[in-house]
Amino acid sequence: MTAIQNPRSGQLGSGKIAPQYKRSGGSKGNFEMLAWLFMRLSGVVLVVLIFGHLFVNLLVGEGIHAIDFGFVAGKWADPFWQFWDLAMLWLAMLHGTNGVRTIINDYAEKDATRFWLKVVLYAASAVIVILGTLVIFTFNPCPVVDGVQLPGGFCPAP
Amino acid sequence: MTSEMAEPASKIELPAGVGGGGEIPTFNITLRVRRYNPEVSEEAAWEDHQLTMYGTDRVLDALHKVKWEIDGSLSFRRSCAHGICGSDAMRINGRNRLACKTLLKDLDTSKPITVEPIKGLPVEKDLIVDMEPFFQSFREVMPFLISKGHEPTKERLQSIEDRERFDDTTKCILCAACTSSCPVFWTDGQYFGPAAIVNAHRFIFDSRDDAGDMRLEILNDKEGVWRCRTTFNCSEACPRGIQVTQAIAEVKQAILARKI
Repeated sequence: MTAIQNPRSGQLGSGKIAPQYKRSGGSKGNFEMLAWLFMRLSGVVLVVLIFGHLFVNLLVGEGIHAIDFGFVAGKWADPFWQFWDLAMLWLAMLHGTNGVRTIINDYAEKDATRFWLKVVLYAASAVIVILGTLVIFTFNPCPVVDGVQLPGGFCPAP
Repeated sequence: MTSEMAEPASKIELPAGVGGGGEIPTFNITLRVRRYNPEVSEEAAWEDHQLTMYGTDRVLDALHKVKWEIDGSLSFRRSCAHGICGSDAMRINGRNRLACKTLLKDLDTSKPITVEPIKGLPVEKDLIVDMEPFFQSFREVMPFLISKGHEPTKERLQSIEDRERFDDTTKCILCAACTSSCPVFWTDGQYFGPAAIVNAHRFIFDSRDDAGDMRLEILNDKEGVWRCRTTFNCSEACPRGIQVTQAIAEVKQAILARKI
């Protein structure tokens, strides 16, 4: 009976240390799947929202010449456009943030780099989404500061 | 059928000066090989060789010529040398190919032909890389038949249509040309890689196999199919012509169909 020797490369004292290749902890749940699905669905919806937005703002009526503070104020007086812009803001921000997240995952080589880039990304996205939402809902075209009417030709006199 | 016929004399008159059928044109090439020997230097370097090769020669023949006649220390893997063992995948002129299936005459011989090890796997010496991370991903998808219930007493029958369903992915020879052409794999090597997904696809869509759900669950990982960016590098690199990106897309759809 002759025993077959182990391969030399992996043996102790051979000078070669067989490296261990490990996949860093697997993920539970379907987050990556849902993120992938969200990118496709939000992409389709965004095409409609953005082209609708461009059409209404730039082509209809006087087109680009009609755009001013009053035009935006008029649009946001209508709940339909409030909702339209809100959907556009949220979908575009989440779509973009997820896109940059995958780019960071693909290109950052160190775990620490990856972590901090994502912290910056999420912070920036959160600020823009919250600020944007706040503006859409609390927008007041005729603010009165300290009893003084700020300029705006379309505002009713106080 | 008993008496042997003498071969009739050729009726074609060859003009004097034209050689026989065995005459193959020759040309000169510069073979630029990426050399790396950790026992000598931590740095890899290019090395040029001027070679006279025949029109029927492949990149592998050029490597053989260097190894057998010029520098025996050149290291590369090859076994069958006929495009089926999958040992000699390397980066030739910036593209992953099998050295034994790439004819020199099909490359631009006016410029040096660069030969590098495949990317994304640790280089051990010259063109030899450590394939362990690649095979580990392959093992993780359980690339073998798993069946439930009683063992049949005869062979497991399958209709022609059912066999057709996964025909493309049975062609894989595990050469790693696809996985090492994937930019997502290059970065951290955590991604399962196209080859593992192709081999999972081969069993997921096999009507005789019962562990498709298990494999889909494995590939639903954050390093699984969702890291594919559909850059088609893998489909382009595959020496067997497998539509790798399509196979990955089919696995994605199978996971979605199962979850939703």
